[in-house]
This record gives sequence, C-alpha cells and structure tokens, in this order.
Amino acid sequence: MRHVYGWLLLLPGFILIVAFTHYPTVTTFINSFFSNQTVLKPKRFIGLDNYEYMLHDPIFMQTLKNTLYFSLTTVPLSIMIALAMAIFVQEKIKARSIVRLAYFTPTILPMVAVANIWLFFYAPEIGLINQVLHYFGFNEYNFLGDRDLVLGSTIVMTVWKEAGFFMIFYLAALQGIPKELYEAAKIEGSSPWTTFTKVTFPLLMPTTFFVMINALINSFKMIDHLFILTKGGPDNASNLLLYYIYDVAFSFFDYSYAATLTMVLLTILIIISLIQFGLIEKKIHYK
Amino acid sequence: MKLLQKIATYLLALIWILPLFYTFWAAFHSEKYSANFDIFAPLSIQSFYDAWNQAPFLHYLINTFTLVTIILIGQMILCTLAAYAFAKFDFYGKSVAFFLVLMQLMIMPENLILENYKTISYLNLVDTTWGMAIPYIASAFGIFLLRQTFKTIPTELDEAAKMEGCSQLGILFRVYIPLSKSTYLAYALVSVSYHWNNFLWPLIIANSNNVKPLTVGLAIFAAPESGVQWSTISAATLISVAPLLLAFLIFQKQFVNSFLHTGIK
Repeated sequence: MRHVYGWLLLLPGFILIVAFTHYPTVTTFINSFFSNQTVLKPKRFIGLDNYEYMLHDPIFMQTLKNTLYFSLTTVPLSIMIALAMAIFVQEKIKARSIVRLAYFTPTILPMVAVANIWLFFYAPEIGLINQVLHYFGFNEYNFLGDRDLVLGSTIVMTVWKEAGFFMIFYLAALQGIPKELYEAAKIEGSSPWTTFTKVTFPLLMPTTFFVMINALINSFKMIDHLFILTKGGPDNASNLLLYYIYDVAFSFFDYSYAATLTMVLLTILIIISLIQFGLIEKKIHYK
Repeated sequence: MKLLQKIATYLLALIWILPLFYTFWAAFHSEKYSANFDIFAPLSIQSFYDAWNQAPFLHYLINTFTLVTIILIGQMILCTLAAYAFAKFDFYGKSVAFFLVLMQLMIMPENLILENYKTISYLNLVDTTWGMAIPYIASAFGIFLLRQTFKTIPTELDEAAKMEGCSQLGILFRVYIPLSKSTYLAYALVSVSYHWNNFLWPLIIANSNNVKPLTVGLAIFAAPESGVQWSTISAATLISVAPLLLAFLIFQKQFVNSFLHTGIK
C-alpha cells in the first residue's frame, strides 16, 4: 500500500522530469546516429557520420575551445574575486552593508540586461571604456569587433555578473570558522597572509569545491549575452557550444547535427558531475 | 596592508556598482548626455516615455509575471508531493527514482533545447506560456531541498497527527508544510529570480508579443539593428529589471539568505 502511495505522490513530478530530461537525452543520443529528416528525404541510419563530420568542423572546434576557455577562466576568476569580496565585507568597515549590496546587485539582474549595459561600455568611439582610454591618451579598441578581444570582453562581463553570487557562499562559510583558530594564529604571531593560506583557505576548501562544480555546470549554459553582444562573432571568436547548437538547430534546421553537438555538451556535463561524486570529494573533507 | 585592503574594498564596490549607475544616468538624461557626463545636465524622463511607447512593455511585464507565477505554483505542488514521497515513504525503486531525479541537477532543460522544443511542439504548446513553463515545473532542486527539510521534521509529530485521525495528505498539510515555511520562502525567491531572468527557453518558445516575457522583449527591442538610442535602451533595461530590483532592495536580507539557504546542501 505504501509503495503505491509513495509512487502516486512522486509520479506527477517524475513524469515531467523524465519527459524533459531523460527522454530528450535518449532521443538526442539516438538522433545523433541518423541523417537529417527533410520533407523529401526521410531520416536514415548513418552511424558515426555526424561525429566524423563534427571532428572536421572548424566551427565546432572553435566553439568547443571557446567554451572550455570561457568556463575555465570565468569560474576561477569569479571564485577568486568572490573570496576577496567575502573577506572584505567580513571586516568592520564603514558602509559595510552598502559595499555588500554593491557586490551582490549584478547577481539579481538578467544576463540580457547586463549585456545591454555592457554593450555600451564596449562600443567603439562613444563607448565608456574607449572614452576613458582616449582621455588618458591610449589607443581605442573595438572590443566586440576584434577577434582577439571579444571572448575576453565577454569573460570580464560574466565575472562581473557572477562574483557576487559566489561571495555569499563564502560569507556563510567564513562565519562558520571558529574564532579560536584566529586567536591561536595571532598568538603564534602569524602574518595575515600566512593566516589566510594556512587557516582560512584550507577550511574554505569544501565551499570552493561546491561553488566550483555548480559554477562550471552553470557556465555551460551561459549564452544569453551572445544574443545581445556578438551573436558568436566576429568569425566565431566568441561563439560557445550551446549557442552553436541553437544556431544549427534553429537557424540551419540541421536537427541531427545539433543532436550530435548536444551529445558533446551532455558528455562534458556528466564528466564534471562524475568528478564531483567520485574523485575529489573524498580528498576535500575536513570534518 | 590594512589600508590597501580598504582601498581594494571600496574600489571593487565602485566598479561593481558603476555599470548600474551609468544605466540610471543614461536613462534619466537625454541622448546627448548619455556619453557626456555633465553633473548639471537636465534630468529627463523622455527615454522612459519613448521606450514604453515603442514596445509593449506592460504586456511583457504581465507575461513575465504570469510565467513566473505558473512555474512557482507548479513547482510548489509537484516538488512538495515528490519530496514528501522521498522523505517519508519506502517504495520499490525509491533510490533509483531519486538518482534519476537528481540527474536534472546536471542536465537542465536548457541543455536540451532541440528535443524539448520537439516535445513542446508535439504537445502543441509552442508560443504559449505553458510551453515556457512546463519543462521547469518539476525541479529536482526543489524536490531535493524540500526532502532535506522534511527529513529534519521528527516522526513523533507524524504519529501524533495520525492519532488525531489525520490522513497521509492531512499530515503533509498540517505538519510538514507549515514547519517548512522558511525553506518554501527561500526556494520561492530563488525560483522567481531565476525565471524572471531566464531567456533562452522563452526565446525559443515565445513568438508573439502576447506571450513574450520581459527578457525576450528587451533583447529584441535593444538589438543594434533596431537603431534605438542608448538612453531609450537604458530606460527599457531599467523598466525590465525594476520590479525584481525593487523587490531585492526591500527584501535584501531574505534574498541573500535564501540564495545561501538553497545553495548549501
């Protein structure tokens, strides 16, 4: 009886999760082995052809590289700044609540709005950053139009948006560190830097790991800004995997290739999660 | 060291708030001052007037509000039931089911836009609010969070309620839900801010102004091709973020606490 009851309670949610997570994962996998279905041609099994095509697709290689670069820079940079922020607002300083509010506010804004704001900063000539550069006699840059600068520019903006969010996790973790440890360090005459590297940072390791994994998983779906800032350009220099999938599926209508690309994205996400469950979690436990 | 840290603290705060200040500046001044900072420049709300007239922002606002409400109510109901099942019942396949639910934490509906789009169009829900809402209604995150909270509620309360003649669902409503209010509040704030800001999925599903939420409306309005002026874009941006930003300023503490509360497992 309780078996039936348990399943009945679970069922509505479970059906939806299967319908929008597991079922599409399986169909994506299957479709990646088929050719595209058009009005004239029905889809047919083509084995690994899509995957082979993918490996020779320069745009895919570029977006994969960009995506890994984007994730592996924004996440550590945001985490470092977040940690600094948390330590700063732990101190007894003037206007502490205003400072904390300033750090946290970008978190609450939608990425689309953030990109709108930053579009103006990066604009050539009239853009704020260029005006400042110009004022100090430096050369002007076309941040979003230059292949070498565009990905970095979106990374800076993303770090600005994300850091405040990670800060609050560090704030909570810092409050959990026993005061006695700091007193002991003081008695030993340890410098602030030594106290940080020998006491604070190791104790924050579990928080860092938690934030890092979640931030990484999130970073693979961060593409809203591309719709406003660059559309992946110039020359795919700022294109990211999920945006490329969107383009292939909804602009080129190549569903089977989009499925193949999605499999790459899913594989990356699963690998990150496996790392979380398996390897590192065992090592970073201090309790 | 101390002084250096102080300088860094305030400098960082300044850098972090400056973009928002700029947006306010541009929105409340006419276009010729949007890149030209003159402290005595006359204030103007013309840009808000322009933005409001050039795109149906009231419509977008109502759409976002409807979307967020549907998702939130759906999540509350479905996640509560599922969490209750996981927390208090033993049933066949429970641990497998729990693992399958948790998989959604790593693979979110946004990662499967293509296949999910096919499902939504099969269900005839393209260009509807339901089409935007339905993949998010069963949230593994919500289920997990509520399950953790339900598990901390002592079973003695359960038994007492049973003695009083409460049914299983009665116990859920009279004991578990009231005792988990703070988790519900925290989850609600996180969910609302997430879906208020969500963009990609609504962009794919919504075609007409009747269902487009603020984020999608704003993105189209502010596209460079549309040739809209900076001050107007800034005003439109502020219109879009104002309700959430205002709520955030009022409930600052609750917001921060709920992000914390829901983030730390």
